[in-house]
Amino acid sequence: MTVLEVKGLTKAFGGVHAVNGVSFSVAAGELLALVGPNGAGKTTCFNMLNGQIPPDAGDITLNGASLRGKSPRHVWRLGVGRTFQITATFGSMTVLENIQTVLLSHHRRLFDFWGRAARRHIAEGMALLERVGMASQADRPCAVLAYGDLKRVELAMALASDPRLLLMDEPTAGMAPRERIELMALTAELVREKNIAVLFTEHDMDVVFAHADRIIVLNRGELIASGTPAEVRADAQVQEVYLGSGAMFGHGPEGSP
Amino acid sequence: MGFYVVQCLSGLAQASSLFLVAAGLSIIFGVTRIVNFAHGSFYMVGAYIAVTLAERWAGGFGFWGAVAIAAFGTGLLGVVLEMLVLRRLYRSPELFQLLATFGVVLIVQDAALAIWGPEDLLGPRAPGLEGVVRILGRPFPKYELLLIALGPLVLGLLWLLFNRTRWGTLVRAATQDREMTAALGINQTWLFTSVLFLGSLLAGLGGALQIPREAVNLHMDINIVVEAFVVVVVGGMGSVGGAFLAAVLIGQLQAFGILIFPQITLVIVFLFMAVVLVVRPHGLLGRPQALARAAGNQQEPLLRPATPAGRLVGAALLAVLALLPALAGDYALTVLTEILILTLFAASLHFIMGPGGMISFGHAAYFGLGAYGAGLLVKHFAAGMLPGLVAAPLLAAGGALLFGWFCVRLSGVYLAMLTLAFAQITWSVAFQWQAVTGGDNGILGVWPDGWASPRWVFYYLTLACCAGGVLMLRRIIFSPFGYALRAGRDSPLRADAVGIDVRRIQWLAFTLAGTFAGLGGGLYAYAKGSVFPNLMAIPRSVDALVMVLLGGVQTLTGPVVGAAVFHTLNTEMVRHTEYWRLLLGVSIIVLVLVFPMGIAGAFRRRERAA
Repeated sequence: MTVLEVKGLTKAFGGVHAVNGVSFSVAAGELLALVGPNGAGKTTCFNMLNGQIPPDAGDITLNGASLRGKSPRHVWRLGVGRTFQITATFGSMTVLENIQTVLLSHHRRLFDFWGRAARRHIAEGMALLERVGMASQADRPCAVLAYGDLKRVELAMALASDPRLLLMDEPTAGMAPRERIELMALTAELVREKNIAVLFTEHDMDVVFAHADRIIVLNRGELIASGTPAEVRADAQVQEVYLGSGAMFGHGPEGSP
Repeated sequence: MGFYVVQCLSGLAQASSLFLVAAGLSIIFGVTRIVNFAHGSFYMVGAYIAVTLAERWAGGFGFWGAVAIAAFGTGLLGVVLEMLVLRRLYRSPELFQLLATFGVVLIVQDAALAIWGPEDLLGPRAPGLEGVVRILGRPFPKYELLLIALGPLVLGLLWLLFNRTRWGTLVRAATQDREMTAALGINQTWLFTSVLFLGSLLAGLGGALQIPREAVNLHMDINIVVEAFVVVVVGGMGSVGGAFLAAVLIGQLQAFGILIFPQITLVIVFLFMAVVLVVRPHGLLGRPQALARAAGNQQEPLLRPATPAGRLVGAALLAVLALLPALAGDYALTVLTEILILTLFAASLHFIMGPGGMISFGHAAYFGLGAYGAGLLVKHFAAGMLPGLVAAPLLAAGGALLFGWFCVRLSGVYLAMLTLAFAQITWSVAFQWQAVTGGDNGILGVWPDGWASPRWVFYYLTLACCAGGVLMLRRIIFSPFGYALRAGRDSPLRADAVGIDVRRIQWLAFTLAGTFAGLGGGLYAYAKGSVFPNLMAIPRSVDALVMVLLGGVQTLTGPVVGAAVFHTLNTEMVRHTEYWRLLLGVSIIVLVLVFPMGIAGAFRRRERAA
């Protein structure tokens, strides 16, 4: 079942076509990787899906409803969770309070001026933290967590709203190799369990080939290939774009776990 | 025609002196991120030194020598400030240096009073430039022509300094990214000291050059620093070119505004600033400020509801406060009543500054609106106290709802300056609208109803309202709304991505804070029996800021401690010495140096370390 459908997405900054006529779709329970060299338009693409910047042309639909021109807030309400390339959590709160805040927002309880927020949604929040392996650190402030743990908290925050689609911008950036594998394995597991569609960008090709169901390749704003990992690996054009870097095939000394 | 040309020229002359002061302020802010309230004091000191020296040394060299020495001497004063005080505070929470510079303002005010006396001093004319020239048949002072030329000249020199010297390159680098500059091995201490020297020198020069134009007096400092802030903010913080453009625009606005609306030139300037900030949130030529990366100890700590022990202490404090009327005399009760009111005032400011992350330089507007809400009802409808105490928070809430809508669109210093602008506009309305507010004469006879007129009854009423208000604000901080407010402060990006409408939450918080400040203002009106425009003036907004920062903005008990300490110090010092400002200023600086996280913050730290 198709969750996200993107058609002819286009964005230009001045004369630069950052994203040009890109179309793809993601199905429930599917992990779709969006890859491409630096400057290919991945982040621009992401920011349009998320509502941070409006597209010049094209259409984005989530379960048939258009997301175009909606603010990040509304996009989230319609069922799109998101994690950031550089983690963004609420530093002055504990891990559990971070999750509670998202749950309060999800249950539309933010304009309650009198209740005690600390007592709300504890079970639900703890269950989420349990799932990402952060329950033991529930009472620690987010400001002092290790980076890998912050990524897990973010994942729990993104899942708290029961999203239909998860957008993950370089989910493993800045992590140690072992942590990367663990985090992506966890993500894949959660996604299949909850039947969520995932679109992620990633520079680490090992992560991509290990976990993506399908891959789409962007170069200079255009979609140059899409298919299963094996198909994309064999694609001549993709090889050309990546030629010399060696990163695509994971045989080089760097990039291997 | 000639008239307009002359008016325009005098606006340009005014712009030049504004620019000198504002450029210094802008440079200092750009590099050190310090909102330097003492900048106006340096301007005043420059003027006083120049007057003294110019009188002693007659002749052409005398005047210009005096100006040069005044500027240089003021620059050195800036160096002293940086080395003795500011240097120790760079790692403190943002705005703590502001508190220290405010201490300096107080010290300089009394020092100037002691050295130069309370009378206005008239400076000599500049030799050779005493006369006037005729421009299209209208007389125009020659000295003003010199000033007009001086503005662009200084702008040019600053441009050369910043673009053609190594030092200037470093300053520009530090303005853009302080941490990166430090990481490249640049000696920051030295850079900051020299920046303070240059900035203060410009302030002193501005003041010294002013002596042939106006009498030197003890009120120059606050007047100029507010104007300079407006110029800097309109131009864009840290942009010298922007400061020049803004100074010219504001100089013209003042020169012609006085023809059209002689009563409200001040309002015109602040309205102009408000419009600029709403259209261009970073000023005319400013760019979004690079976020200063947290320097390790700058992260916001967790906020926790009171522990059982904390609750016990709170309850004990309330019990003591409830028992006091039996022990304390009338005078002590009056002071205590005021402390209670100020506590609510400070707590309401803390609500938006701490959990909300919105700094307000104009919180007195809502305190004042509350007082006027009560006062106007008494004056025009002869209403009793209870309707007055209902009207107070309502009027304040209305004001905060209106102004807050604009304010939450900005952040940081720009937001702070917009709140100041609105406070000044509110003040002007109260001051000028004689028919309704009584203007400068205020509203008299705002007394409590008969049943509440004994001191102890009014004290209990105040205790109930203020303790209730403070506890309510506390409760809100731990409510879902409070979480959303803190979420918006901690990470606007994440908050937006989880469906939190940060602006709306902040707008509501701003309104709530205004409402509680208004309740405090209403009580204050009945405590004093009168309402005056100075309730909304800048010094009162600064008082609130001092109370919050002194107590510690990162703790919830901070505003309570801050209000008690500040008001007690203030009252006692006024009672015992003529030089209370000096003492208060010194106390503030000492407190800031001893408790760099605020008083309550320091105790919290010790508690945690133990």
